[in-house]
Amino acid sequence: MSGTTDMILVNKDGKRIDGRTPDEHRDIKIEAGVLANADGSAYVEIGKNKVLAAVYGPRECHPRHLQDPTKAIIQCKYNMQTYSVSDRKRPGTDRRSVEISKITAEALEKVVLTELYPRASIDVYIEILQANAGTRCAGLTAASVALADAGIPMRDIVPAIAAGKADGYVLLDLNKEEDNFGQADVPMAIVPSTNEIVLLQMDGNMTREEFDKAIEMGVRGCHDVYKLQKEALLNRYSDGGDSDE
Amino acid sequence: MSKKIISEIRRDHIFNLLKEGKRSDGRKLDDFREIKFETGIIESADGSAVVEMGKTKVTAGVKIIPGTPFGDTPNLGVLTTGAELIPLAHPDFESGPPSPESIELARVVDRGIRESGMVDMSKLCIKEGEEVWMCFLDLYAINYDGNLFDAFNLASVLALKTAIIPNEQYGKGEDVPLPITCLPISVTSAKLGSSLILDPNFDEENISSARLTVTTDDDGNFRAMQKGGQGSITLDELSHCLDMAVAKGEEIRKLIG
Repeated sequence: MSGTTDMILVNKDGKRIDGRTPDEHRDIKIEAGVLANADGSAYVEIGKNKVLAAVYGPRECHPRHLQDPTKAIIQCKYNMQTYSVSDRKRPGTDRRSVEISKITAEALEKVVLTELYPRASIDVYIEILQANAGTRCAGLTAASVALADAGIPMRDIVPAIAAGKADGYVLLDLNKEEDNFGQADVPMAIVPSTNEIVLLQMDGNMTREEFDKAIEMGVRGCHDVYKLQKEALLNRYSDGGDSDE
Repeated sequence: MSKKIISEIRRDHIFNLLKEGKRSDGRKLDDFREIKFETGIIESADGSAVVEMGKTKVTAGVKIIPGTPFGDTPNLGVLTTGAELIPLAHPDFESGPPSPESIELARVVDRGIRESGMVDMSKLCIKEGEEVWMCFLDLYAINYDGNLFDAFNLASVLALKTAIIPNEQYGKGEDVPLPITCLPISVTSAKLGSSLILDPNFDEENISSARLTVTTDDDGNFRAMQKGGQGSITLDELSHCLDMAVAKGEEIRKLIG
């Protein structure tokens, strides 16, 4: 958001540097049930982002002082692998990943029927294999598919996508260049059946009008992602495949 | 800030009042508590402020020190924000490494200041690629009674607004004020049941299902947002939060002018 460039991010015809129109998302690929050991898992590619999510649980909650006698807690760990960005990322937890883990877990709380598993923990692990703007949304998208794949009762699946602004245009699903040199980024996630917002962040500079447009675009984008999430789950359980259930 | 316990009778009381559009301390839904502030409270800091919102009390201090710029921004100063929820401020706060809550607080406050361009970082360059001024903004909760997001934001803005670049101390000429371009103000709405309230106190904050922090600049444009909590907000509620953030943000900006 802070960088400057002479690069034209959106040309006169409203085409972006990767050929997309303003309200078009990147190619999305979602696969459910990709890890043998996890109770549920998913692999997501959004453009050049490559993300793995695994769910373990419901299982005994550690550390025990975090146990909630009325419901399960969701513990999320978002982690960027060292080679996922152009400079090597220092391994381990940093402040950014703590924040993303927190808001991801909070977004999932809304849909998971945690009250069915008192004192338990549902552990969600998100690994970013390759990052190209939009990893928190890709991570949450993968995590919700992994939760469904784990057979954990949920009210709905949570899709996530970012809207933003570059060269003065409101855009859906920013790529790396648009994210670095654009003017705003609005990652969001919704519960598709009600359009309620469960994750929302914003940074940059937007007028009310631009922001309203970004939200409208984001909600539509989320519904596109939702369709692909459902397809991935259907594929996993309909073609027999490598299912071990 | 692990799970705080609020008695059921108190919880019901608050929700029952909200149904009539009232709050337990007599405020309207979009009222802040009385805001008191003072700047320049710490002489050893290059900028400082204390802010009280009702019984919530926080301090902010800025230390400005010459250092090496980041490789990708050789001509820009550096801002680093930290928030500490020290055990002095509340029985539930513990010492030790920063909790996810304190990290989120610091990062949301930082985002508002950074994205609004409040501090003109390009004027903090001493020698391109070699030496820039680094602003270390540190926030401490002194007494916690809810709404640390807005209290920290306000204390940060006041501390930075009154901060001095300590040129003399480092043999670089005369002291000058930190270059400030605007006043980013955050307004946090909390959702309790189907009501949205501003400036939640401890009880309200801890029975709320979701919150939304919205930071606006002098023009009323949006610079940063963060939704938190395990609940959701509808699109209509979002719109209401934005309206309140713009209106109340302007009011607070006038207050600290």
